[in-house]
Amino acid sequence: MNHAIRADKFLLDADRTTWHDETLWFVREKRDRAVYAVPEFQELRELASQIKDHTLSRLDNYLMEFEAAAQANGVHVHWAADATEHNAIILDIIRQQGATRIVKSKSMLTEECHLNPYLIKHGIEVVDTDLGERIIQFRGEAPSHIVLPAIHLKKEDVGDTFHRHLGTEKGESDPQRLTEAARQHLRAKFLAGQVAISGVNFAVAETGAVVVCTNEGNADLGVNLAQVHIACMGIEKLIPRLTDLGVFTRLLARSATGQPVTTYTSHFTKPAEGREMHIVIVDNGRTQQLGRPDFRASLKCIRCGACMNTCPVYRRSGGHSYDFTVPGPIGAILSPNIDMKKHASLPFASTLCGSCTDVCPVKIDIHTQLYKWRQVLGEASEIPASKKWSMKFMGRLLASPRIFGMSGQFARKALRLLPHGLTHSSAFNAWAVARELPEPPKQSFRDWYQQQPQSIEQPQHPKVPV
Amino acid sequence: MKVALFVPCYIDQFYPQVGIATLQLLEKLGVTAHFPPQQTCCGQPLANSGCERDALPIYKHFVQTFQDYDYVVAPSGSCVYHVRKHFDKLEQTAEVQHVRGAAYDLIDFITNVLEVKELPGAFPHKVGLHLSCHGQRGLHQANESEMTPVRDGQLRRLLASLDGIELTHLNRNDECCGFGGTFCVSEAGISARMGQDRVADHVRNGTQVLTGSDMSCLMHLEGIVRRANMPIRVMHAAEILNGLTP
Repeated sequence: MNHAIRADKFLLDADRTTWHDETLWFVREKRDRAVYAVPEFQELRELASQIKDHTLSRLDNYLMEFEAAAQANGVHVHWAADATEHNAIILDIIRQQGATRIVKSKSMLTEECHLNPYLIKHGIEVVDTDLGERIIQFRGEAPSHIVLPAIHLKKEDVGDTFHRHLGTEKGESDPQRLTEAARQHLRAKFLAGQVAISGVNFAVAETGAVVVCTNEGNADLGVNLAQVHIACMGIEKLIPRLTDLGVFTRLLARSATGQPVTTYTSHFTKPAEGREMHIVIVDNGRTQQLGRPDFRASLKCIRCGACMNTCPVYRRSGGHSYDFTVPGPIGAILSPNIDMKKHASLPFASTLCGSCTDVCPVKIDIHTQLYKWRQVLGEASEIPASKKWSMKFMGRLLASPRIFGMSGQFARKALRLLPHGLTHSSAFNAWAVARELPEPPKQSFRDWYQQQPQSIEQPQHPKVPV
Repeated sequence: MKVALFVPCYIDQFYPQVGIATLQLLEKLGVTAHFPPQQTCCGQPLANSGCERDALPIYKHFVQTFQDYDYVVAPSGSCVYHVRKHFDKLEQTAEVQHVRGAAYDLIDFITNVLEVKELPGAFPHKVGLHLSCHGQRGLHQANESEMTPVRDGQLRRLLASLDGIELTHLNRNDECCGFGGTFCVSEAGISARMGQDRVADHVRNGTQVLTGSDMSCLMHLEGIVRRANMPIRVMHAAEILNGLTP
């Protein structure tokens, strides 16, 4: 199943599509206002982009610097080549503690590695403590957005879910009362949590510390109450120095939600007395992407979600239509690296309008990478055969002025003569499902031009025979 | 100054009046453009579909056709953007580099090469301006809402110089219309929905004439307007600037 088919399912509910589009556009506009208010915003983007480029160009060195600094802080550092190793390392730490109750704050990496089902299968209770994550965990769904994981749900949907799982009153949809119910429920889980798992927004090579940005404070509550903290990070989360962090925290929240800064920016450097802190550093396909010069820059991503909020396709197709952990434009350039066949339709789920590139706080050339993935997929024959052959045919036609002129004339004539029901049949013509075809003129421009008095001089040496 | 007119394939076949308006408008501004009849297409439909390799003969043909001109002017920013940005796949001979630099969108050419800032004439209608993404974000012909709240651009200024014109204030100044080349059929559902939303923004805000400098976006939007029988006339900016009335 490709993106277009999943998108069509989403579009069936036109009102919900409107609501989804407008909700995310509201976030995009909030982001715009926050960006306009910072005169040096474009300089910040450039600086952030260069810091990330620099870091990626020396990633091996910075990773080793980070590991040494973290170990000097008394932190256990683990390396995982892939999702399987990542999950096994975490289960191992949990078992060494004899723990069975885990609280977890937001981490797209653990989603990517499918950590929750793995731990649950091994008898561990995992509670997502981010409100949005908890909602979709109750519902057995994947996040539909990396910052706003439950953005596909209305407050009434959340009311239904909490009625079933938390015993709130049927039909309750007041956000404040629903949030209060979640707070009470999560408080008990926090107090019982033996191991806290968190994601990482930034890892500082110089200090060995990890930085976690949340609005709910759930990471802090989890980590400070549990005996053990496990922070999971992809290798691309590094920044060289603590002084670089300010560049990114100024960009992150403004780009994500239009806030000047996240409510909590927590630095975790070393375990408290008698506690344990672990950091799991994960590759899972990232070095492969680092080895692709055209797509390397995708690793600069700081997961703000701005490209999703601005993407006119994402807003109208929903995050689940991408069927990948990270949806939207950035997901469409990350996913073919993981599984080219499965995600072949994603780089085509874009008009290449370029808005994603323009909002990206670290200046990833997202729409250019979408274009380049299309070429890789075309060369690998991962595009529909009908498309491949029609493009080959078109290539011949458009390289020959004579055939081009003849077929244009033929097409216009056919359009004029054939009945509307045939030319506009949705069975043959996807264009005509919602659009009229242009009214075919009797004469093409070139026909008209040839009939004009040729007062215009041609260049001296026309090199191509007409 | 030797100026060639590039009339993109779909304009040649379906919108000859846009090519004619472009030619006549240039003539009024003192530029006699020549239409080399061997021209076909810039190759973008193939390349955007992932078939860049099949587009290379088209690129070469394009360069051969236009290499002897100082400027290549087209009433479509998208094709120009493709020539400038994606002809990097060709060996960068002097001819290829020349043609890439010589390709201009009509409005860009009027503004930056001819340095014409205003035009005579009147157009006493409420006009909705559709910014094409490739013209705006690709060729930087207009400010982007991602960067600044200021709504300014080449076409906006030229249109505003006409007497009696009123430009529509849209809720979303520069959202993509959803055409996207082959996207319009491979993702037909989303493409149509985007176009419908774009047209609705114009209807809501009182647009009588919807215009832009990229006929591909307008072809898509016109298809939606005509299907829904909306009270909006779609015209290419060259037609308006050339003095055509709706």
